[in-house]
Amino acid sequence: MEYFLQQLINGLALGSIYGLVAIGYTMVYGIIGMINFAHGDIFMVGAFIALIAFLILVAIGITAIPLALFLVLLIAMLLTALYGWAVERIAYRPLRGSFRLAPLISAIGMSIVLQNYVQLAQGARVKTLQPLITGVHTLFDFGNRLVVQISNIQILIILTTFALMTGFSWLVASTSLGRDMRACEQDLKMAALLGVDTNRTISLTFLLGAALASVAGIMYLLYYGVIDFHIGFVAGVKAFTAAVLGGIGSLPGAMLGGLLIGLIETYWSAYFSVQYKDVAAFSILIIVLIFMPTGILGKPEVEKV
Amino acid sequence: MSAARSEKSSVLSHALKDALIAAIVAFGLFILLLGFLIDDMRGPGQLIGRPVLLASVVGMVFVGRFLISLLYYNAPALRYWLGAIWAAISAFARQYKWQLLALMFAAAACWAFYSPRDWPLILIIIAAVFIGVRFGFSAALLVVAILFPVTFYNNPYYLGIAIIILTYVMLGWGLNIVVGLAGLLDLGYVAFYAVGAYSYAIIAQTYGWSFWVCLPLAGVFAAFFGILLGFPVLRLRGDYLAIVTLAFGEIVRIVLLNWVSFTNGPNGIGSIPRATFFGIPFNATDEGFAARFGLEFDPTHRTVFLFYVILALALLTNWVTIRLRKLPVGRAWEALREDEIAVRSLGINPTNTKLTAFAIGAMFGGFAGAFFATRQGFISPDSFTFPESALILAIVVLGGMGSQIGVAVAATVMTASFELFREFEQFRLVIFGFAMVGIMVWRPRGLVSTRDPTVFLKERKTISANHVAEGRG
Repeated sequence: MEYFLQQLINGLALGSIYGLVAIGYTMVYGIIGMINFAHGDIFMVGAFIALIAFLILVAIGITAIPLALFLVLLIAMLLTALYGWAVERIAYRPLRGSFRLAPLISAIGMSIVLQNYVQLAQGARVKTLQPLITGVHTLFDFGNRLVVQISNIQILIILTTFALMTGFSWLVASTSLGRDMRACEQDLKMAALLGVDTNRTISLTFLLGAALASVAGIMYLLYYGVIDFHIGFVAGVKAFTAAVLGGIGSLPGAMLGGLLIGLIETYWSAYFSVQYKDVAAFSILIIVLIFMPTGILGKPEVEKV
Repeated sequence: MSAARSEKSSVLSHALKDALIAAIVAFGLFILLLGFLIDDMRGPGQLIGRPVLLASVVGMVFVGRFLISLLYYNAPALRYWLGAIWAAISAFARQYKWQLLALMFAAAACWAFYSPRDWPLILIIIAAVFIGVRFGFSAALLVVAILFPVTFYNNPYYLGIAIIILTYVMLGWGLNIVVGLAGLLDLGYVAFYAVGAYSYAIIAQTYGWSFWVCLPLAGVFAAFFGILLGFPVLRLRGDYLAIVTLAFGEIVRIVLLNWVSFTNGPNGIGSIPRATFFGIPFNATDEGFAARFGLEFDPTHRTVFLFYVILALALLTNWVTIRLRKLPVGRAWEALREDEIAVRSLGINPTNTKLTAFAIGAMFGGFAGAFFATRQGFISPDSFTFPESALILAIVVLGGMGSQIGVAVAATVMTASFELFREFEQFRLVIFGFAMVGIMVWRPRGLVSTRDPTVFLKERKTISANHVAEGRG
């Protein structure tokens, strides 16, 4: 029982990270109907930017953890958003109206570029960060050293994700940018005819998605303390699985899918085998796509001629 | 006069403005990742500043963008001059065809006279040019391939590279059936390559059967895996299908990595039986190839034999593809690629059609895998990662989806350049990624060659197929 509860907490923390990345997939898919294959690598770039920004802050003497973290968050969101924008501008915008598979192939190219660029710039060795946020709270004590604990970092991850999700849902539901986004999602051409600057809206979507991915990158960095240039690939596929599971195009669906994937992966590792945890996530992707292609909260898609 | 001048200065100021914006963006992108290096060698959390690198990269972006903008704003004039130069060259070549040919012969004769050891190379060039002029480019390529081991018999390094190139040509042609003809984006093709390689390795080691028995079996197993994967997933839309095949490729790799009792896990399978000359081994014993045929033993014999085996396999792939393209099933593949809904309304079963493409593509992947296993003598899951799939896909995309000759040229150029620039491994991958983006932006139907459907209505299309999304126009 205590093992089960402990894994529940671990799974929720991991799932929050996946959820944040999944939002980027689901938003882009909702608006322009393409899989942004490079999004996982944007997440990785965000983690690297955060690590370097933190080390710079330490070097210039800002060592108060809350202030430093806040600044890192700001810098990483800003610069990673720039990456999101640049990727869209270079690789996807010229392809509007090209044949269906072109953006996906271009996205795979961009993903290869980002991975190898980071490897070139920072080397292939893993980068480490000493634990910044320590301390655990005991939730339940069953005696006999059987305890369920939640660490401060897990609390931070879950709270930040919750806050960002709330803010982001508000942005989509009740700002003019959010209205433009929803209009583009329904019908890009019609939205353009009615005076929505579609290019700007799509760019902003990529910016926001990348910023959220960078937050996920920071959380990953703080949680595991180890990053390398390769973390984006697997995390990206899992976050995409989360987006599909929740129903692609749906924001609450992405979060729900993220949490579910996090939980499934954690329980699978805990009760079956750690080696095959990626197989579990990938199999879910295949099963969901075959039997439930609209996901849990998604709308059925009508194929138009 | 003044209007022209102001136009010129506005072009310049536009270009400068573009360049400045690009430089600012580049500065934002690169300031942390290129401007600083996390130096873990000196201890955790050490940073090194790299202002010179940052400044030079940003400067390069500025200059590059400035030049591109200038060219872009002056594009009509530029296009005119390039077109004029090209027309002049081709007119000259056409008019003085025989003289040029004679000149080439003279040059070849001089070359052969001054360095007689190069005569096989000269022979191959002359043969290629002659056959190229008479029968076209693909025939010339074929002649070069057949004569290659004769020319470079004393150069095992070149022979090795040629074998790798032909392996990729074969993989490219195999994937071309799936991606180029049927229009199904398969990101997990390397899984079938792996299935072929492992089934050859395990069957040959366990039962001791010869290469020629195991080769078809490896193909059958790979095709079986293709059907196994294809059956449930082929109802999916294009990009979902791509992600599912990617997931499948990763699953196969993870299983190979962790099923230690069967595949020996990350250590891989070693000492795989080598290919034999239809039962005669290539070794120095009395039973060996050299002794039987009265030759002196030479390890190159096996390399040359492997070269011809993979050449034959690749040509088999090519021949089957060309034949299939003329059969109803091939026509159905191409129609499916162009417009799935129309195909369905004509009463063709899209799932079965896709399944055949998937299975046949997988089978050739399996053949290539078996060949890879017998050539290397050692296989491990490291050879079957996602970047390998992406490389094969890039070969197909660069070559022009559906075009056989384009894929062959793309495979040759890419594999050869990868060998040439071995030291710049990461640079070449960055360039390779950008190349994929660039091809999609500028030449979405392929850099080397394009291939339109085998049969289609040439009139009645308002816009060419190159310019519209699938299913329109």
